[in-house]
Amino acid sequence: MRIDIDTDVCIGAGQCALTAPGVFAQDDDGFSTVLPGRADGAGDPMVREAARACPVGAIMLTGRSRSA
Amino acid sequence: MTELTEAIQPEPPTPPTTASAPSPTPAVPFPQDRTCPYHPPTGYDPLRAERPLGRVILYDGRPAWLVTGHAAARQLLADPRLSTDRGRPGFPATTPRFAAVRHRRAALLGVDDPEHRRQRRLLIPGFTLKRAAELRPRIREIVDERLDAMIRQGPPAELVGAFALPVPSMVICALLGVPYADHEFFEEQSRRLLRGPEPADTLDARDRLEEYLGRLIDRKRTAPGDGILDELVHRPPSEGAVDRAELVALGIILLVAGHETTANMISLGAYTLLRHPDRLAELRRDPALLPAAVEELMRMLSIADGLLRQATEDIEVAGTLIRAGEGVVLSTSVINRDESVYDDPDTLDWHRPARHHVGFGFGIHQCLGHNLARAEMETALGALLERLPGLRLAAPAHEIPFKPGDTIQGMLELPVTW
Repeated sequence: MRIDIDTDVCIGAGQCALTAPGVFAQDDDGFSTVLPGRADGAGDPMVREAARACPVGAIMLTGRSRSA
Repeated sequence: MTELTEAIQPEPPTPPTTASAPSPTPAVPFPQDRTCPYHPPTGYDPLRAERPLGRVILYDGRPAWLVTGHAAARQLLADPRLSTDRGRPGFPATTPRFAAVRHRRAALLGVDDPEHRRQRRLLIPGFTLKRAAELRPRIREIVDERLDAMIRQGPPAELVGAFALPVPSMVICALLGVPYADHEFFEEQSRRLLRGPEPADTLDARDRLEEYLGRLIDRKRTAPGDGILDELVHRPPSEGAVDRAELVALGIILLVAGHETTANMISLGAYTLLRHPDRLAELRRDPALLPAAVEELMRMLSIADGLLRQATEDIEVAGTLIRAGEGVVLSTSVINRDESVYDDPDTLDWHRPARHHVGFGFGIHQCLGHNLARAEMETALGALLERLPGLRLAAPAHEIPFKPGDTIQGMLELPVTW
């Protein structure tokens, strides 16, 4: 799996960091970032939930997750 | 509702008893008063049976679409062809009070991108998950101060005035840099802004809040503090300075939305828990359930019930065409009880995944303060149960007054004892 965040679309809601804190965080400006080394989703089943929770659809997932 | 619409909807696991209604129901008045403060008005039942879109009649006789389906709501709230610019001709109004102030300068909710985007980006750093987590100890101090005062005075107490309102009011004052000493003034004007009763009251409250925040902002230019408003006032021009009128408009929405909504969630949340003794006992036994409980209360209570939008272009949703210019109202209470998403949706159950509720909205206008609100609700409700193990209602439940349907939902009073 690959996680891409469209920071142009991101509104800094932090839903991703709330839903999957092992993979997503908010930077100092509040925008979503993927934690270092977690760009493949780290097998976290909550990554898909986090993408679905994003109110503006800024998180794109491509490929299969490791745990799938 | 067309057959096409129904055909592409997923089959609900537990169909509502009225789902077989053969013909479209006539338009239902919106908004209506709740019959039970934590359930949608029973007058919306015909709309629940007709997901994902129904027709409603607003107070001024104008029709509007009412969005009632969860998938349709998420699709529409994320669609840039729906405007929140309430100054647009034909923008739907749910009360004469709202209509009276619709041409006043709006900020955040009330403006569209790109203006909204610029304003939101100014404010994001102050409302992150991390910032909310950092504020938790201060929130707990405020909560404990209020509970200490209640306990000192002894039972009974009126929980809205003694706890549910002052806690978020103190928190937002500290965060924004507004003196809490002025709380009686701005709480009263917020009440008049949201509940009138007359449109003239709402206009007057708006005038007074503009004047108050204007003076506060002027003072901050020479005597800066450490709140979010101070940061905005002293923003370097190189980063795009914010003019006074915009600061005032931002200050009003942050101050009003920052305390009214959370206060309502705390009072109505406490009432709802007290009406569910088994659930309450479970939460007392296992406070680790609090975050899930707050999420479920957000879903179930849906206190901001009636998000307003207007289509700027034709939009097709679930096989229905919303035409450019038509008003769209989203009933969060009905959307959050979509049987195709939530099993047994009328039951308070925090073991369900309440995720993806629209209690904070969705799309670019999703509540800016949702992380802060969660921190406040978890802290306030958690401490209330922890410190007052014998907490119970001090009046018959059905006699306790709650807010009418045309404003943010919550308790007007909450007499409790312990």
